[in-house]
Amino acid sequence: MPPDIEAIAEQVFVALADPTRRGILAALASGGPATATDLAERLPITRQAIAKHLALLAEVGLVTAEPGERRRVRYRLNSGPMQVAQQFLASLARDWDDRLDALTRQLERPRAVRP
Amino acid sequence: MGFPDRIERTVELAHPRASVWAALTTAEGLAGWFGNEAQIDLRVGGSVRMTWTGGPSADMRIERIEEPSVFGFTWHIYGLPEDDPRRTYVEFTLEPVGKGTRLTVVESGFAQLPEDGYRKAFDGNTEGWASELSDLVEYLNAT
Repeated sequence: MPPDIEAIAEQVFVALADPTRRGILAALASGGPATATDLAERLPITRQAIAKHLALLAEVGLVTAEPGERRRVRYRLNSGPMQVAQQFLASLARDWDDRLDALTRQLERPRAVRP
Repeated sequence: MGFPDRIERTVELAHPRASVWAALTTAEGLAGWFGNEAQIDLRVGGSVRMTWTGGPSADMRIERIEEPSVFGFTWHIYGLPEDDPRRTYVEFTLEPVGKGTRLTVVESGFAQLPEDGYRKAFDGNTEGWASELSDLVEYLNAT
């Protein structure tokens, strides 16, 4: 199966479009692996809502479930899909149009300015 | 549709190839349009360091020099971790058109993934900080 990187990127963007999911990912990024209960204590949302969002994030591959203490499932941030999305963003951010405009302006500049 | 692997632009410049070549391959030329400051070691395998006001910088590795027609370098993919080995390739081609120059820039490689990239995207890096921290714990436990 060929890597469908665009599909991965799209799932990441959909996941990140929701402020609650961004909050969950930010909490995992800053505080490390956590259970749904831990996250409910830190974020202003119910444990049920967090569990629902975590399920979606796990499906996309942005978090991985792993066994934690006392048989609780812990969720860990997974950066793989994020890096795929970054490659897409990087292609949009290169901005050759502005650079080439700047080059054109540079060449138009009076000679005297250039050493 | 739209995960571009390759970006291509062409501009017609009313300047001879030598001037355009200098703008692409000298520190003062690059500092005039690409960045705010530039250092260049013009040889294949040499490096270009661009710095922008406010701090950002980029390091390029020169891959191809065919004065005055082809200049190519690779650089880091924006947003990926500094030590990520993936790079895009940028190639400038200068063709004479009358007294001016047709400049084409092609940047390719945005969609590249290493062999195991697909699997990694889903399996996640259980490595990284997690394993480094557990290595540290083991080390401390052993002493």
